[in-house]
Parts: sequence; structure tokens; C-alpha cells
Amino acid sequence: MANSYLEFERPVAEMTAKIEALSQMGSSAGINIAEEVEKLTLKRDKLIEETYANASRGEMAQLSRHPDRPNFLDYVPLLFNDFQELHGDRAFADDAAIVGGMATFHGRSVMIVGHQKGRDTKEKIKRNFGMAKPEGYRKALRLFRLAERFDMPVLTFIDTAGAWPGIDAEERGQSEAIARNLMELAVLRVPVICTVVGEGGSGGALAIGVGDRLFMQQFSTYSVISPEGCAAILWRDRAYAEQAAEALKPTAADLDALGLIDKIIPEPKEGAHRNYEEAARAMDEVLLQALNELLRMPVDLLLHQRQQRLRGMGIYN
Amino acid sequence: MSWLTDWMNSPRKILASGKKESPTPEGMWLQCPGCKETLYNKELHGYLMVCPRCNEHLRIEASKRAEFLFDEASYQEFDLDLKPADPLGFKDQKRYKDRVKDAVKKAGNEDAMRNYLGEICAQKASVSIFDFAFMGGSMGSVVGEKIARGMERAVENRCPYLLITASGGARMQEGILSLMQMAKTSSVANQLKDQKLPFVCLLTDPTMGGVSASVAWLGDVILAEPGALIGFAGPRVIQETVGEKLPEGFQRAEFLQEHGLIDAIVNRGDQRDYLSMTFRHLMQRPFANKTL
Repeated sequence: MANSYLEFERPVAEMTAKIEALSQMGSSAGINIAEEVEKLTLKRDKLIEETYANASRGEMAQLSRHPDRPNFLDYVPLLFNDFQELHGDRAFADDAAIVGGMATFHGRSVMIVGHQKGRDTKEKIKRNFGMAKPEGYRKALRLFRLAERFDMPVLTFIDTAGAWPGIDAEERGQSEAIARNLMELAVLRVPVICTVVGEGGSGGALAIGVGDRLFMQQFSTYSVISPEGCAAILWRDRAYAEQAAEALKPTAADLDALGLIDKIIPEPKEGAHRNYEEAARAMDEVLLQALNELLRMPVDLLLHQRQQRLRGMGIYN
Repeated sequence: MSWLTDWMNSPRKILASGKKESPTPEGMWLQCPGCKETLYNKELHGYLMVCPRCNEHLRIEASKRAEFLFDEASYQEFDLDLKPADPLGFKDQKRYKDRVKDAVKKAGNEDAMRNYLGEICAQKASVSIFDFAFMGGSMGSVVGEKIARGMERAVENRCPYLLITASGGARMQEGILSLMQMAKTSSVANQLKDQKLPFVCLLTDPTMGGVSASVAWLGDVILAEPGALIGFAGPRVIQETVGEKLPEGFQRAEFLQEHGLIDAIVNRGDQRDYLSMTFRHLMQRPFANKTL
């Protein structure tokens, strides 16, 4: 599959192509080629560092929804064994925008739940681009409760533009479904570890995002509204998304500065979308450490700390 | 309705001074957004801001709501010391700080929420009322904190908690912190549940977005005012997303009741009696000795 590149990634893409072309010439041309390739590779590494480290918040928002970015289901085989997907909310439908089920994580049975945006057009449509309807959140809640009954820790993976804004979703109580999850996750009697792996889109993200730990991958974002949505309201023009992203401060570093997340999970230099395995390894390390910490805690202490954490959210005078 | 008929027969030289969709009318006359009738503002206050002709429930200030909700001289306002901060240094075309200054002036309140403890038909209750006039009743850190304190005050006083919503949703200018107020308030709501204290939500026009998708829907009983717009996504956003015509009465209280999403629709004039009866039913617990 050919890689896709965002506008600001283009210089990196061009240099990568140049290096590849040069390497292919290698066998036929003189010995200096190898040296040249090495020089260019060093230059490219520096360029990558500058490109990603200095990305604006608007560019970070684009990175968090990069077309090549790993989906939840790309991570599942890299992080877990024995995955058994569990479908449906037992009331209305199975919402493919949220995937969940039981899996083994370093020898322990856990419940995993995540948004799934979809890779190709067909899958994207099936999964409604990762925008869940009430039945999706209710399926997630069913799985959270199942996990609680069988003392399984819960790991969630957030990657959504937001909850689906549709007539059907409203008719079936989109608000109620999200609200219910917030309330029940706050007191679920098992450890809950949440990780933003792409786009953390408002209430649709939060509905599977309340827990004992909140991690964000380096190039993920988490925001109350998308930069485009914010621009449309406050600037009355979506073209101001870049400015809106600056104002909203949605990056992992921003949330870390506000003390709202526990850790930034590092990504490969060029982002998770250029090396799924490396991205998964970094995530695995952080998740395992968190799980080990939480599994040692008595449940009352776990719940007390979770509620204290939630109660303390907010900055006012 | 004699004032109305009198006025109808008089020559119309005074035009409505309120804007067409003015939520909190300030002028002497205003036009009912429901039936387009021109109404006399002072008289309308006597009707609790409900159009006597078409039963349109116009928006009403939080403090005015408290006035008719509580028994006379039985209530007190709390948590007046909380003021919004500007944690992100947010600036769009206007600075958040300046928006807050303007809103304080306009709404006569430090933020979009008022907390009370008082009696409704001799039943003590902790009540939080959204103030839509303050930045569209949007929920930021102060609103979230006030809801949490209102709930905790109910626990301390072993009385019901009533939340009356009127909000466009989360306050964008506080960024991710405003989103986290949804998690915070929903978490604290568990205390009421644990203590078996009634939590009643009264949804008024409008109740949208982050407020709708958190505390507004967590009550044991959920009531709404007639015609109130209630939903997760705004109608315009939905229209743009799905590109279909929205059904008649979409996201109105009556539509929600038809879809099984709320318990009942209660006219403003009946709310005191209705709420006190709800509290009485939920507080009596004739089987309590068996369950504890």
C-alpha cells in the first residue's frame, strides 16, 4: 500500500523518494552512491525531527487523523492474544464503530473496547468512520459491566471524530447513552485504563474515556470540539481551523501541561502511521506498567482515587 | 387576558422592542416566538414567561425561576464566590476574558449557574439552575464545580437534588477542561445514587451537547418543559451531516417523550406541585427497612 502524506509531511516524502531512487541506482553506479545515500539519510532524519517536533497544533490535529494511522484493530494483534470479539448491545444493533471483546494481555484476561474508523472506503462506511451511535456506547457499557462481573480490567482505545450527529442517534438517545457511560465508568469496580490513539473527539471519546489512567499517544489529540467545528462557530468560517486548534490546545503535550493525562506514549519519529510495531511496543510498555500498578490496589482505594481524580477536574478562581 | 385584548384593539404604534428571538426580553414589549403575538413584558412575568395565548415557554432568568419555584423566603443562594479562570488563555476573534466580562455585565452573574438550598412546598431541596443569559449557559469549570457542590449539598442535607438545565453545551473557551466537567459531574452523581437521594432533572430550552450528554440525563426522573429543544447534536449540524430534512418537531420535548427518552413534560406553572409530589414519592420509601 502506498503511503499517504499530509501537506506538511511532503518534504520528508520527497527526500525519502530521492533516497530510494538513489539506492536503487547503487549497484550500477559508482561507489560514491552509498556515501551519498548515507548523507541524505542523515539529512532526512534531521528533517523528520524538525517536521514533527515543530508541527503546529493544526498539523498535529491532522496527524491524529492521518489516513495511514493505525486503527484500534491494527493494534489488537500487536498488543493482545486470544481476542474474542463480542457483538451488539442486546437491545437494538451491533454498532461497528465501536469494537470490543475479551483478550489476553501478558497472560491476563482483559476487556478491550475501542473506536474503529476503518481503513478502506468499504470498511469506513461499515464503521460509520468510527462515529458511534447510542447502540455503540450501550454495547461498550454492556462489556464494561461484563468485565466488572468477572473481575477483568478494562482497556479502552479512543479514536473518533465524535459521536454520530444523526437523526437516528438522537431518536435513540445519544445523550443518554453517553451520560450513562460516564456515570457508570466512574464507579466500575475494576481498573479502567484509557488511551487516546488518534482523535479524541469530545463526548464521543469521553464515553469510553473515564478511568483510572488516561494516556495519549504523542501525536494524538483530545478536544471538546474539532478545530473545524470550533472555527465554524467562533470564527464563522471553517477555514480558521488552524487558529482554532491553537486556541483549543488539543495536543498530548497540552493536556499533559494541564495535568489531565498520566503519560504521553512516545511514537516513532515519523509517527505511529509509519511504524505500527514500534508504536505498539511503546504502548505495550506503558499499559503493562499501569495495569500492574492498578491490579495491586484494593478496589475501594481504586474507586476512591478515581473519584477524587474526577472530582478535582476544572480550573476556576 | 384583558390586557391583551385591550391592547389588540388599540392602535399599534408601539412595536416590539425585544429582538425577534430575544431569549431574555428586556424591553416593554416582545414578540412570542411561538405564535408571534406581541406580548406585554411585565404581564408576561406574571405568567412566568409563558405565553398565555399559545403556551410557549419563553426563557426565564435563573433567579426569577428560583423566585417562583421555592416557598417564599425559604431559600438561599450558595457558591457565589466561584469565578471563571482562563486556563488556556483562549482567544478567538475576542478574548475569553473579555467575553466573560461582557457576560457578567449582561447576566448579572459570575458564571452560568446558580445554586440554591430552599424549600419547595415545604420539602427541602438543593437546586442548581443554569443561567442561559451567561454565554448560552455553557458548562465550564465553574458550572461543573457548582453542580458537584449542589449534589454534595443534597447529600449533606439528606434532601433531593434538582438540576434545571438551559445550555448550549460545553464551553469551548475552556477547551478540554470543559469536556472533563461532563465526567466530573457524572461521577459525583453517583453519590446521590449511593445515598438513595432523589436526583431530578428538569430540561428547559435549550439543553444540548455536553450538558445533555452528561448530568442532564442522569436523573432518576427526567422532566422537560413543553417545546424545549433537547439533544446531543444541534439541528443544523445534523442537517449538514445527513443532508435530509429533519422530522417535524425533531428534538423537541414532545418528540423526546414519544421516543421514550424523558418521563414527563410539565408546564412551568405546575412545576412546584409536580416536583414536590415527585420528591415525596421518592423520599417515602415504605420498604426501606427491608432493603437496608
